[in-house]
Amino acid sequence: MRLHPTLSALRQHKAGVLLIVLQIALTLAIVCNAIFVIGQRIERMNRPTGTVEDGLIRISQSWFGAPAGDDAASVEKLDALQRTDLATLRNLPDVQDVAASTSMPLQGMIYSGTLSLNAQQTGVAVSAAYYYGDEHLRPTLGVRLIAGRDFRADEILHRTLTGEAAPSVIIVSKPVAGKLFPDGDALGKTVYQDGKPATIVGIVERLQTPTTAKWGSAWDYNSVLEPIRVDGASASYAVRARPGREQAAMREARKALLAVDPLRVMPDSWGIQSLSQIRDKIYRADRGMALMMAAVCLILVVVTAAGIAGLTSFWVGQRRKQIGVRRALGARRIDILRHFQVENLLIAGGGVLLGVVLALALNLWLMTHYEMARLPLPYVGIGVLAMLVIGQAAVFMPARRASHVPPVVATRAA
Amino acid sequence: MFGYYLDLALRSLKRNKVLTTLMVLSLALGIGASITTLTVFRLLSGDPLPQKSAQLFYPQLDPYPKDQPFSRSDKMPWLMTYADAMNLMHARKATRQAAMAMTQAKVTPSTAGQKPFFSDGVMTTADFFAMFDAPFRYGGGWSAADDDNRMPVAVIAGFLNDKLFGGTDSVGRSIRINEHDFRIVGVLDHWAPQPRFYGLRLGGHDYGTGDAVFMPLQTARADGMTPQVTLSFGSSDSTKLETAPSIWLGVWVQLSGAADAAAYRTFLGNYAAQQVTLGRFQRPRVSLSGLMQWLADQRVVPDDVRLQTGLAFGFLLICVVNTVGLLLAKCLRRSREIGVRRALGASRGAIFAQFMVEAAIVGLAGGVLGLGFAELGLLGIRHQPAEYASLAHLDIGMFLFTFVVAVLASLIAGLLPAWRASLLAPAPQLKAA
Repeated sequence: MRLHPTLSALRQHKAGVLLIVLQIALTLAIVCNAIFVIGQRIERMNRPTGTVEDGLIRISQSWFGAPAGDDAASVEKLDALQRTDLATLRNLPDVQDVAASTSMPLQGMIYSGTLSLNAQQTGVAVSAAYYYGDEHLRPTLGVRLIAGRDFRADEILHRTLTGEAAPSVIIVSKPVAGKLFPDGDALGKTVYQDGKPATIVGIVERLQTPTTAKWGSAWDYNSVLEPIRVDGASASYAVRARPGREQAAMREARKALLAVDPLRVMPDSWGIQSLSQIRDKIYRADRGMALMMAAVCLILVVVTAAGIAGLTSFWVGQRRKQIGVRRALGARRIDILRHFQVENLLIAGGGVLLGVVLALALNLWLMTHYEMARLPLPYVGIGVLAMLVIGQAAVFMPARRASHVPPVVATRAA
Repeated sequence: MFGYYLDLALRSLKRNKVLTTLMVLSLALGIGASITTLTVFRLLSGDPLPQKSAQLFYPQLDPYPKDQPFSRSDKMPWLMTYADAMNLMHARKATRQAAMAMTQAKVTPSTAGQKPFFSDGVMTTADFFAMFDAPFRYGGGWSAADDDNRMPVAVIAGFLNDKLFGGTDSVGRSIRINEHDFRIVGVLDHWAPQPRFYGLRLGGHDYGTGDAVFMPLQTARADGMTPQVTLSFGSSDSTKLETAPSIWLGVWVQLSGAADAAAYRTFLGNYAAQQVTLGRFQRPRVSLSGLMQWLADQRVVPDDVRLQTGLAFGFLLICVVNTVGLLLAKCLRRSREIGVRRALGASRGAIFAQFMVEAAIVGLAGGVLGLGFAELGLLGIRHQPAEYASLAHLDIGMFLFTFVVAVLASLIAGLLPAWRASLLAPAPQLKAA
């Protein structure tokens, strides 16, 4: 394949060539980074919570005219209200298990603190989310226990959120255990939660914290189960529906709880939701962003391909006579087709070279201004390949038309 | 002459329908995307109180222990302890000052059969309304004496007044919040600064319809209402927020000018130094940010929105490059026509003008279509779950801006092709024919 005629033809169209090179480069730079963002969002949305999500329901409500909870007697009254609700839910036919539970993964309501190895809180400090609940909490969430045991019923305390009583036993997630005791002997050890001692009696494999916000991302799987039923004017419960009965359990729960207290506040929007609804809500922005990026990428590629096709067909029209001459001098149709394909390959090659530089520069800029990771090279490689293929596809129709120019054109006036 | 260029341009555009459509469409997509995202960006980064923002300042102190700093990157704590906030309130060193925290207020309607509901409540002090220029429909705010005497008074938002009292003057009537009765002293007119600057870092939303009830801080606290965000340092008794080592209040002050701001900063510095001597603080650093500075520092505009805006402008750039390329190819193909026109006496300027007119027509068409795309895009955004969604509308400024961008983009796109066309020498073109 002789490149000479192709190169000299390109020299005739410097401005046009430069524009296509620029367009391909910009498209590659943006599409590479956009696809990387989409990939990261998808990865984020696919993170497991550690619970068995199917059939898990969160109920959040507030009683009408609840006692203030500022003395022991009224705290007892609040606790009685909560125990009534839990018993009511437990008796429903489609409910398998139910637990007092302040928080739920992805839901957003988070209590957190710091775990350390001594009361003075010096040395190792591990931030973690506190999941307050009773002895049913771990089985209801469906979190896998990998060492130790569950809470016993007699270990469950109850108090208001600001109450003094501290738990003597806790269950921690594997990352918390690993950070506090790198040798893997966390079970049975005493740790200090914000300065107060507690013994680790169980370790669960994985439990995501309730927040997906950026400030919690450094410790997103650091969770601790606390054996405390939190009393207050509002209370939240975790419900495990029988297999396949999630919707039925949600309907039953609403009816049964409103039968106990018809004036309680339990709005449709956040009163009773399944974890899949919570997941849907929390990742809606990520999904929207990914979809928008994907749409922009698609339109960009189409615009660029159309631009290449358009410009090439102009060139073909302009060079009909030259093509005729070449054909008359013995060039075959395939040679003409090749000419335009090679021409496009050269232009696109220049474009992707510049594009790779731009893509990396854009990524570097994004890394300094936003929390963005380094663009992995496979993304760039796939982008380069895709741009070259799109270039070839775009040029095929006009190039085919050029190859059909008959040699006789050479003898006619243009 | 212009009419003639217009005619020539339209003929030329009609000759290549597919290409003309392609140029207009790609320009319109680029413009539609950029205007949509720019509208959202402007909405989110706007000045919430244009007439007052220059006078409003957000002071920050650092009560955290040295070995347990508020943030790893050494940021100032966002909020204040009750003790510090009250000390600043009582010092009265600014023209106006108010401390505030957000709470979930359970409102129980007095009409039988209506169910209680949660709404956004603000626990604050007397100067809040005058300092933030909150307009009253009925009545007014409460006094500093009401703050000190823990009077059960409340100001409610217009929309809550409509819901509970059918929009009638409810001043003097009572409202039941968290099982306590409050006497209504004022009803606000529509007031919802965007972003809700005073609630930043206090919990709840940054954009939206505005808060529903406003109560004196001490009264609300005495009735057991709790702030949405409490950040604690130290592990002593945290049952009583007023004395606990916890930050949970935002403080705003009104200062009339740069001199006042400098004086207030000095006052803050002295206060912090004094607290260090008293052993309450370990670090004497302070900060005093203007409203817009505070919004910028807290990155109130979500990163996703910034990213989308950047992406849209990158998209527009590619669309313009695309249009330049197509216009260029188109004009070079017409070298014969240009040759004939030049030979018949058209000047270089005339050729240049002719091609610019053609580019401008593409631009105008792109602008009109782009406006349609922008409206579609904003319609899509209004159906998003974001809290600012309902506010996304194209304003007159943006409407005009669309056309300026479109025509400018197309003229820039036309510049190179028109220049090239006007340079063509007539003779070779005629000869080749």
